[in-house]
Amino acid sequence: MASLLTPVQPKKTAGGAGGRGGDRVGDGSGGGSGPGPSPPSLQRYQTGMWLAIGAMVMVFAAFTSAYVVRKGASNDWRPIRLPSILWLTTAVLLTSSVSIERARRASLPHRWLTATWILGLLFLAGQYLAWRQLAASGVYLATNPSSSFFYLLTGFHGLHILGGLLALTYVVWRVWSQPAWQARQAAVDATALYWHFLDGLWIYLFFLLMVWR
Amino acid sequence: MAEMAHSHAAVHVHAAPTGFIRKYIFSLDHKVIGIQYYLLSLVAVFIGMVLSLLMRWHLVWPSAKIPLLGSLFPEGAAGGVMTPELYLSLMTMHGTIMVFFVLTTAPQSGFGNYVLPIQIGAADMAFPTLNMLSFWVTFVGFLVLLAAFFVTGGAPLSGWTGYPPLSALPEAGPGQGTGQTLWIVSLAIFSAASLLGALNFITTILDLRARGMSLLRMPLTCWTWFVTAILGLLAFGVLLAAGALLLMDRVAGTSFFVPGGLVVSDKIIDHSGGSPLLWQHLFWFFGHPEVYIAILPGMGVVSQVLSTFSRKPIFGYKAMVFAVISIGVLGFGVWGHHMFVSGMSPYSAIAFSVLTMAIGVPSAIKTFNWLGTLLGGKIRFTSPMLFAIGFVSLFVTGGLSGIFLGQPAIDLFFQDTYFVVAHFHMIMGVASIFGIFAGTYYWFPKMFGRMMSEPLGKLHFWFTFIGVYSVFGPMHYLGLTAHPRRYSELTGVKYLAQSEPLHLFMTVAAVITVAAQLLFFFNLFWSMRKGPQAPMNPWEATTLEWTVPSPPPHDNFAGAYPVVYRGAYEYSVPGAAKDYLMQSEPDGKG
Repeated sequence: MASLLTPVQPKKTAGGAGGRGGDRVGDGSGGGSGPGPSPPSLQRYQTGMWLAIGAMVMVFAAFTSAYVVRKGASNDWRPIRLPSILWLTTAVLLTSSVSIERARRASLPHRWLTATWILGLLFLAGQYLAWRQLAASGVYLATNPSSSFFYLLTGFHGLHILGGLLALTYVVWRVWSQPAWQARQAAVDATALYWHFLDGLWIYLFFLLMVWR
Repeated sequence: MAEMAHSHAAVHVHAAPTGFIRKYIFSLDHKVIGIQYYLLSLVAVFIGMVLSLLMRWHLVWPSAKIPLLGSLFPEGAAGGVMTPELYLSLMTMHGTIMVFFVLTTAPQSGFGNYVLPIQIGAADMAFPTLNMLSFWVTFVGFLVLLAAFFVTGGAPLSGWTGYPPLSALPEAGPGQGTGQTLWIVSLAIFSAASLLGALNFITTILDLRARGMSLLRMPLTCWTWFVTAILGLLAFGVLLAAGALLLMDRVAGTSFFVPGGLVVSDKIIDHSGGSPLLWQHLFWFFGHPEVYIAILPGMGVVSQVLSTFSRKPIFGYKAMVFAVISIGVLGFGVWGHHMFVSGMSPYSAIAFSVLTMAIGVPSAIKTFNWLGTLLGGKIRFTSPMLFAIGFVSLFVTGGLSGIFLGQPAIDLFFQDTYFVVAHFHMIMGVASIFGIFAGTYYWFPKMFGRMMSEPLGKLHFWFTFIGVYSVFGPMHYLGLTAHPRRYSELTGVKYLAQSEPLHLFMTVAAVITVAAQLLFFFNLFWSMRKGPQAPMNPWEATTLEWTVPSPPPHDNFAGAYPVVYRGAYEYSVPGAAKDYLMQSEPDGKG
């Protein structure tokens, strides 16, 4: 996510400030030589991430309502046994939230970010093992609406974790390769916010799948 | 689209090809991206218009041989005669293209992208890279949708609402295979792009406003883009989720929406327990806000234009803001009025009906404030002004028929008749299009540095205004005679025989109206090259985009940060030297 949130860079335009070419009268005022505007406040990283979270909440709210309605709509719902490894992956994800929070507060976030990245990958691996466990017991995607929702919700959450891992990869790479990265704190803050959200979202989904069987 | 941007830009730019790609194809500049969005919807509206013309033709002459049709659609129109299935697929694609790639794209992503940052005094959107990505993802979504025409079986038949089980079962019809899958994928792509866009718009408004640009000094256009973006942020995720479920029903054998015991095309369907109603709830939870996503930006443009050309402050600025916000909020609570006959408890229906009626209040506030703005103004009947007034007329007409449809008892009769077609075309289709036209005539000088032809614009307005009433007005009457919609051929039906002359009239009107749009296309592209040079502020308007050259420099304010001293609509201020005060004009000079 953070890789997409590139700040506004003042760009030099060749031959005057004309955005659409210089063959116009009244087009070249200002010129391209003056100091460009300084990038606006980094607050927008936080704002943007909160809004993205809002959109994701709506996606999972829609899934939740579908879950509740589908469960009540007919009598073919057979609850599934949740794979036990989910407790372990939950613990891993909770730990990763702690580590990214440490990264956020550290003056040198390198190691904590890398640790978070590894924990995130472990979590994904664990989720995959959970799928394998289920499949081994003969419960597939189309077996029952309950299993459909299990795969759907864990899959969509996993996709978001994957996005978070990509963002972390980018941030880790920038942090290691570019010590003077101006927007470092803002990027780490935004990534951490996203990561905490994914953590909370997983707790919610786990709870939903466990309690509302 | 890329070709269009290419040919257009090639006229003006003498830059090296590498610079060209960065400046005009994968540009980060919100102005270029705005124009890209606008051109994309121009292509889309042209295709959508041709599809509607083919349908109108077929409704009057169902067995007519249409010359090119047979070679375009060898499956759906062998020998040039349209099959009922092809009719349905044209209808589906017309609706989908128009709703998503025209009504959602041009007013919000097009004009919003171009004008919003300048109007609030920012150098660009908050996240330029994200902005570029939104456009190109939308573009890919458009290509995926068009691809549905050319796969085996052709485009889907299930309408822009894609109700299952029809949309969930590949065996349900010729377009229900790959075509329907592409349709779902296209909508998912569009949703993702719209979410990125919405996030960008909201952040820009919250964090990038110039000094002095308080929320309540923002032009009403910015308010409508703001509220529209919030609606988009909350609604498109739900469509995305619903699309994912539908796709899984199609390709992974799940049963979210498909009930058990279905036999389709002599085949027993291997699904059980799914709920088609669930799709309708999810879809309309998105779909109703979507209607406001289409119309709200038009309302903003109309407010701006009416105030400018009446030379009066907008009547009741704060009431207008309040009305926009309450329309947005209420818009999330009325989706059930699309489902009165789908199997809904009468009590829920009443609740949805009451909320629907409640939207009439802010809508009426807006209408009366527009009329109040016109009242006693020194009105300048320019092309944008004509289209803005036309918008108000269409909004009232379409809104009034909504009051009938919003009542469950009356809707029992009207649902699935042409009355519904008349209603949503008036309010969502044509009114929004008039908003786009008003915006085009109004901001064209800023966007392209040249003026459009006024006589051509006025001619375009009168043909279009009378034209759309002639096309969609009679549909109300058809609805009263219980003429059902969506049927490709009803010419032989006895109780509808009396409506055949009316169908002929509407088709002739549609041909003329569509032909009149060529005036617009000509005016647009001719003026880009040959129109007279536009001054900085041709309309003597007050908002910030008129303080910068036409077209504006790359970062809008050439490195400077504007400061805002007053509200957006200070026209005919008593004691002022001119009849308008720019937002950037310091207090002392007033």
